[in-house]
Amino acid sequence: MRIRPLIAAAVLPLALASQVPAQAMDDTVTTFTLPNGMDAIVIEDHRAPVVVHMVWYNVGSADEPAGKSGIAHFLEHLMFKGTDELAPGEFSQTVAAQGGSDNAFTSDDYTGYFQRVAADRLELMMEMEADRMRDLILDDEDMLTERDVVLEERAQRTDSNPGALFGEMRNATQYMNHPYGIPIIGWKHEAEALTLQDALDFYEVFYAPNNATLIVAGDVDPAEVEALALKHYGPVAPTPDLQDRVRPSEPPQLAPRRLTFEDERVSNPYVMRTYLAPERDAGDQETAAALTILAEILGGSSATSLMGRTLEQEEGVALYTSAFYQGTRYDDTQFGVVVMPTPDRTLEQAEADMDRMLARVIEEGVDPAQLERIRTQIRAASIYERDSLQGRAREFGTAITTGLTVQDVLDWPDILAAVTEDDIIAAARDVFKLNNSVTGYLSKPPAPVEISADAATDTDTDGETTTEVGQ
Amino acid sequence: MIPRLIAPLAFLLPLPALAAVEIQEVVTPGGITAWLVEEHSIPFTSIEIQFDGGANEDTPESRGATYLMMGLLEEGAGDMDARAFAEAEESLAARLSFDASNDSVTVGLSFLTEYRDESVDLMRAALTDPTFDPDAVERVREQVLAGLASDARDPNEIASRTFSALSFPSHPYGTAMKGTPETVAALSIDDLRRAHGRALTRDRVHVGVAGDITAEDLAPLLDRLLGDLPESDSADVPQVETVLDGGVTVVDYPTPQSVVLFGHEGVEFDDPDYFPAFVLNQVLGGSGFDSRLMTEVREKRGLTYGIGTYLAPRDKTAQLLGQFASSNDKAADAIEIVRAEWARLAENGITKEELDAAKTYLTGAYPLRFDGNSRIAGILVGMQSIGLPIDYIPTRNDRVEAVTLEDVKRVAARLLDPEDLHFVVVGQPEGLETGSF
Repeated sequence: MRIRPLIAAAVLPLALASQVPAQAMDDTVTTFTLPNGMDAIVIEDHRAPVVVHMVWYNVGSADEPAGKSGIAHFLEHLMFKGTDELAPGEFSQTVAAQGGSDNAFTSDDYTGYFQRVAADRLELMMEMEADRMRDLILDDEDMLTERDVVLEERAQRTDSNPGALFGEMRNATQYMNHPYGIPIIGWKHEAEALTLQDALDFYEVFYAPNNATLIVAGDVDPAEVEALALKHYGPVAPTPDLQDRVRPSEPPQLAPRRLTFEDERVSNPYVMRTYLAPERDAGDQETAAALTILAEILGGSSATSLMGRTLEQEEGVALYTSAFYQGTRYDDTQFGVVVMPTPDRTLEQAEADMDRMLARVIEEGVDPAQLERIRTQIRAASIYERDSLQGRAREFGTAITTGLTVQDVLDWPDILAAVTEDDIIAAARDVFKLNNSVTGYLSKPPAPVEISADAATDTDTDGETTTEVGQ
Repeated sequence: MIPRLIAPLAFLLPLPALAAVEIQEVVTPGGITAWLVEEHSIPFTSIEIQFDGGANEDTPESRGATYLMMGLLEEGAGDMDARAFAEAEESLAARLSFDASNDSVTVGLSFLTEYRDESVDLMRAALTDPTFDPDAVERVREQVLAGLASDARDPNEIASRTFSALSFPSHPYGTAMKGTPETVAALSIDDLRRAHGRALTRDRVHVGVAGDITAEDLAPLLDRLLGDLPESDSADVPQVETVLDGGVTVVDYPTPQSVVLFGHEGVEFDDPDYFPAFVLNQVLGGSGFDSRLMTEVREKRGLTYGIGTYLAPRDKTAQLLGQFASSNDKAADAIEIVRAEWARLAENGITKEELDAAKTYLTGAYPLRFDGNSRIAGILVGMQSIGLPIDYIPTRNDRVEAVTLEDVKRVAARLLDPEDLHFVVVGQPEGLETGSF
C-alpha cells in the first residue's frame, strides 16, 4: 500500500502493465473475417472452463453528430432494452441465469459489450448479441426512463466530482475542434434532450457486422468459434457504404492555454498539464512507445520516477506526482503531467517544479539503470498479463477499435523494449512545447467551507476512470 | 407481446461444470499452514497473506497507527531506503502489495519463477525489518493527512464514516481506521514499531498460494518469509452490535446528487441462516440488473444509476448494507421505494421464480470466481480466515441449492426490518430531514 492522495479518479494514471500486451508471437491468438465484414479474434486459454465474449463497435462519442453529445453512450444503455426476440431486461436476465455477468462500456472511440460465462454457454451469448445488433425495439417510455438513469450517471460520475468537472473543461480546452473535447457521457444540456429517433439513427448506421469486431477469449476451439460466429453473426446484414472515420481536426495551436477551476469540494489542489501528442498508429508505434516509457520515467513510480524521487522523496515539495499517456486512441491523444504540492506550497510553485522536471529529462537524459528496470517490467508484464482473460480481450478490442491491427498488438512489447534513450528524449522534445499544452489548476476557493466529518470508516472508494463509461 | 425464443433454450442447458480447483494443505517445518493451488502454465506465483487483528487493535490515542505502519513497510527495509527498495522491486518485476483494514492486515506478493528467492527475500525485509526512517515517516504521514482531507470532502466517505459512527459509537468500527488529523499528527515512531510488532504475527496468519510452485518448494520459502515474526499477545477485540435505530440522518453537503447509505443489523457467516440470507440479498439488491431494488429504483423510475445491497459480515459484527446516489430532488422518493421493498420482502418473502433465478446465478457465478492466480490465492485466504474446511469448494453450491422458499421467507422476516432501517444521506436532499420515520 503506497499511501497516495485520492487523485487517481481524475488523472487516469496508466500503469505500464496495462500498456503491455500478451506474449509476442503468440500462438494462442487467431483471427478470421466473416463474409459480411465482421472481424473476429480468438484468444485461447484453457486453464478454466470460462469464456469472455465481446463485440466491439468502431463507434464512440467522437463519432456523434454535432449537438447530440452522449448519444453513443445513451444507445449503449438502450441496448439492454428489448429486441424482436427479447423482452426489455431479458438479455441480462438470461446471462445471469447462466451464472454469467454482462455489461458494456463506451469511450470516445469505441463501444463494447461483453459477457463472462461458462465456456459451454458461448453459443447462447452469440445468439443474443447477434440479435440485438440489428433488431433492437425501443419505445418512448423505455427511452425516457433510461435517459433519467443516464442523467443520474452523469451526476454521479461528473457533477459530484470536482476532479471530473475539471477534466471535462481541460479536455474541452485541449480539443477546440476535434470531438475529443466533448465528454463521452455528453454535455448535460444535450444529453437531457436526446430522443429515441437520435438513438435509432445512430444505431442503424453504426451497429453492423462490418463495423464490429468479435472477441472470444477462454476455453474455446477457434474452429468452433468460427462455425458458431458464421451461424449467428453471418446472416446479419452489413451497413452499405459505411463512411471512413474522419473527425474534424485541430487547428494549429498558437498559444499555450490555461484554466483555473475552483470548487469548495476540492481538498488537495493540484496542477495538471496536458500536451497534444501522437497516438499509436498501425505499423508506426515507435513514437508512442517512446512516450509510453517517457511517462514511466517521469512519473511512473513515486519512489523511482524522476518526479517521484525528486519532488516527493528528495525535496519533499509534492504529495503526489504522475505522468500519463494513452497511446490507444484513434486520433491525436494527450501526454499529461500532474503535481499535487504539499499544503505549504502554491500551485505556481508546483508548476515551476513540474517545468523543472520536464526540462531535466531533456537536458540530463535517462538513467540507464531505470530504463533497464522498465524493460524488465515490460517483459514481466507480458507474463503476468496472461493471468487475466478479460484484460487480454480488452487489450485487443481497444487496439482494434482505435485503428491498430492484431499484429500491432503482438509487436508492441518488442517495440517498447527497443526504445532507446535518444528516442525518449526526441519524443519529449517534440511533445513538450507550450503551444501544444493546456495547464490547469484545480483548487479550492480562498475561504473554504468546513465540512463536518468527525466520524469515520475504513471503506476505501476506488477511483473511476473517465475514459469510459459503462451501462 | 414480445415472443421469447431464446430464454427457453437457456433452461435446457445443464449447470456449468465446476472449475477443478485442487487445494493442497502445506504445513511448513516451522509450523506455518498454507493452502496451495498449483498452476504451472504461466511462470509466476501469487502469495496472499492475512494477519488477523488489524487496526481494531489500535488504541484510541494511536488510531491510525496500523494504517500508517502498513504504508511504511515498502518505504525502507533492511539496508534499503524507499528508493532502493522500489528499485529492487522493479528489477525483479515483483509485485508487492500492503493493505490494512479494521479486522486484519494483508500483504500480497506476485513473482516470476526465475526471481522467486530474491522476491521472497525482498518481502521478508519489508515484513520483518522495516526501518521506519524518520524522513519516510514524515513524508507518508503528510500523504495520510492529505488523504484524510480528501475523505472529509468525499460524499461517499462522509456517508460511510457517518454510518459507522452511528452504528458503533463505542467500538473501533465506529472511528476511521486511518485515524484523525490529530491522532495521525501525534503518532511516534515507537507507536509504529508497536503496531508492527502487534499486527504482523506468525500465529494469526492465513496463507494462500496459487501458481507455478510445488508444495515442496513452498514450505521452506514460507518459513523464510514468515518464520522470524513474533507470536501475538494481543487481547481480543470485543464483538459489537449495531445500535442504530431506524430513521434518516442528513449530512449537509454542497453537491447536486445525494449519496445514500442504508442498512441495519445483518447475519454472521457462521449463522445457520447465512445462506438463506445470501439468496435473499441476491433478490433484494444483489449483483446484476435484475434485483428488486434495481428494477424498482432504476429500471422502472430512473431515480438512480445504480443501487445495490450486500451482506457485510466482519470479524466482530455483521450488517446488511446498501447504497445509491440520486439527484437531490429524487432521493426522498428513492428512499420511500427502498423502504416499501424492504417491507414487502419482510412480509411476503420471494417467489419461486426469484428463488430459482437467484440460485442459478449464484451457483453459476461461483466457478467463474476462480480466475487468475492472485484471485485464487485471495479466495484461499478468505476461506481459511472464516474457518471453512479445505474441501468446501465442491460443497458450496449444495448449500445454495439447499435453500428453500420457506427458509428465505423465515430469514426475510427475521432480518429485514423497515422500521429499523437507517438512511445516511449526504447532500442537499429535498424534503428530507434528520429524524426517525
